[in-house]
Amino acid sequence: MNNPYLPRPIKIIDRWEESGIDHTFRVENDMNLIGGQFLQLSIPGVGEAPISISDFTDKYLDMTIRKVGKLTDGIFDLQAGDKIFVRGPYGNGFNLDQYKGKNLVIVAGGTGLAPVKNVVNYFYNNMDLVKSFTLIVGFKTPNDILFRDEIKKWSEKINVVLTVDSADESWTGETGLVTKHIAVCDMKDLDNTEVIVVGPPIMMKFATIEFVKRGLAEEKIWVSFERKMSCGIGKCGHCKIDETYVCLEGPVFNYVKAKELID
Amino acid sequence: MAYKVSIKQFNHVLNTLSDKYKIYGPKKIEKKGRYSDTDLVCYKPISGLDEMELNEKSFFSPKEIIYPIRETLFYFTEDNVSVPSVPDEKIIIFLRPCDINGMKRLDTIFLQNGPEQDFYYKRLREKVKFFMIECNEGFDSCFCVSMNGNKTDEYAVACKFNNDNVILNIQDEEFKALFSEGAEEVQHEVEFVEENKVKVEIPPVDKVTKEVFENDIWTEYTHRCIGCGRCNTSCITCACFTMQDQHYGKDNKMGERRRVWASCQVDGYSTMAGNHDFRTKKGDRMRFKTMHKINDFHKRFGFHMCVGCGRCDDVCPEYISFPKCIEKVNEIVKGDSNE
Repeated sequence: MNNPYLPRPIKIIDRWEESGIDHTFRVENDMNLIGGQFLQLSIPGVGEAPISISDFTDKYLDMTIRKVGKLTDGIFDLQAGDKIFVRGPYGNGFNLDQYKGKNLVIVAGGTGLAPVKNVVNYFYNNMDLVKSFTLIVGFKTPNDILFRDEIKKWSEKINVVLTVDSADESWTGETGLVTKHIAVCDMKDLDNTEVIVVGPPIMMKFATIEFVKRGLAEEKIWVSFERKMSCGIGKCGHCKIDETYVCLEGPVFNYVKAKELID
Repeated sequence: MAYKVSIKQFNHVLNTLSDKYKIYGPKKIEKKGRYSDTDLVCYKPISGLDEMELNEKSFFSPKEIIYPIRETLFYFTEDNVSVPSVPDEKIIIFLRPCDINGMKRLDTIFLQNGPEQDFYYKRLREKVKFFMIECNEGFDSCFCVSMNGNKTDEYAVACKFNNDNVILNIQDEEFKALFSEGAEEVQHEVEFVEENKVKVEIPPVDKVTKEVFENDIWTEYTHRCIGCGRCNTSCITCACFTMQDQHYGKDNKMGERRRVWASCQVDGYSTMAGNHDFRTKKGDRMRFKTMHKINDFHKRFGFHMCVGCGRCDDVCPEYISFPKCIEKVNEIVKGDSNE
């Protein structure tokens, strides 16, 4: 009988700093993945938690992890060559076909950029598959900016708006919440536009409202939820919202469904 | 055809069965109740009918037999992971129809929800055979009839306990062979409770709208509920759990991962990294639980989760009544549809 709770060891290949408290861990990959999926990541004896996969190839996958608790403290003690334990992948992920031939707008707030990073990279590498591509990404302060070099690289081909909520005088870029930048973003061909919004709940709420206000049909908006999970396979109950299990039917939801979910 | 056996004969067969089966039933543990000088009725291994408490409802449900309060999923050492084994012996549980129906709800979550079956639940569940205790009448807080939890045919043996004999309707051939020997054949249809003192109308699933979620009725529970989670731990259908890692010694190299029952009414149920939380108010948690028991689960699986055993009412230190809560939801729904 298959035991879905048993994690398997996987080797850390590399790790690097993204910001003071966010590090990306690159581990060996032997799974077939879809961008937006997550793993149950653990250190036996310390704990287990769902962590989204920020990017992947056949050989490796990246997880960008913020040091915020007991488990992530333990993960931050690990180095290249060490083993970490995983179960999964779990969740539905983003259906890339949905965005092909469309004007793609991705709005990401803070660590919310991690679960969509693979989608960004996919279309960055296949710009001919989309009509246009706008990426609006916001962080609290310049010090919180993740994937700095990649954002710079993306800017060469993608219309990138990088904004911070608050900045000191040395910051020369955009400021203000992502919603402000959605309001000015050039959106003409709404029938052929698909939008992905990922970030903190409050940011997703107001960002999606802004798009709807601008006349975009609700079914063209996609979001990804973060919830507490102990199993990832529809048993533990923690991620349930109404009759929906985020681990099974999500974490990626169409906004038509997402707006009906009341925690 | 049913069989009438003496209590002595019944105990004799149980004794024979105990070679192969671990037998559980509701048992009174003296002086272990919540208050001084009170007893606790819960599920324990039994060896005979005289050990069973049949006049009172059990405080805890029998779910802990197949879904332990705390269960080790695996032990680990530096390089190895090992799954603890379970005893070979099979399991007989004496339980009431509502609890058999409750087990069906647990089966639904652990064996049907999601792409994979729960390894730990399944390996114990497969060992279990149900000996149904026929209810002569419901207890004061039962509302099984309203929840359709009063009837089932998923038993190996149905037992009607009389003062000096037991009448058995047997659906499992193994037990038929044992009990029929020397027993009197009698006519007996299995009886179920047809009416409870507590009756409640369950709002139709398609009528429960957002208005119910946003209604003021939940505020009352924010003030009354103390978030102790007893309603969850006593419930036969509550299936939630949280992972818990434990290491032995200081080097983190040996330890175990367990799962422990979780309660949607207790702080921390939805807390994520960075202390981000959902449903911080007790009223929102009560709404979450209520909707799961009488709405959400039905939307997903086609029948209600709550079976109306009434244990949540029995154990609540704040005397919160679940049927009353359902009634309030129903009033809102009816009010809405009248508009």
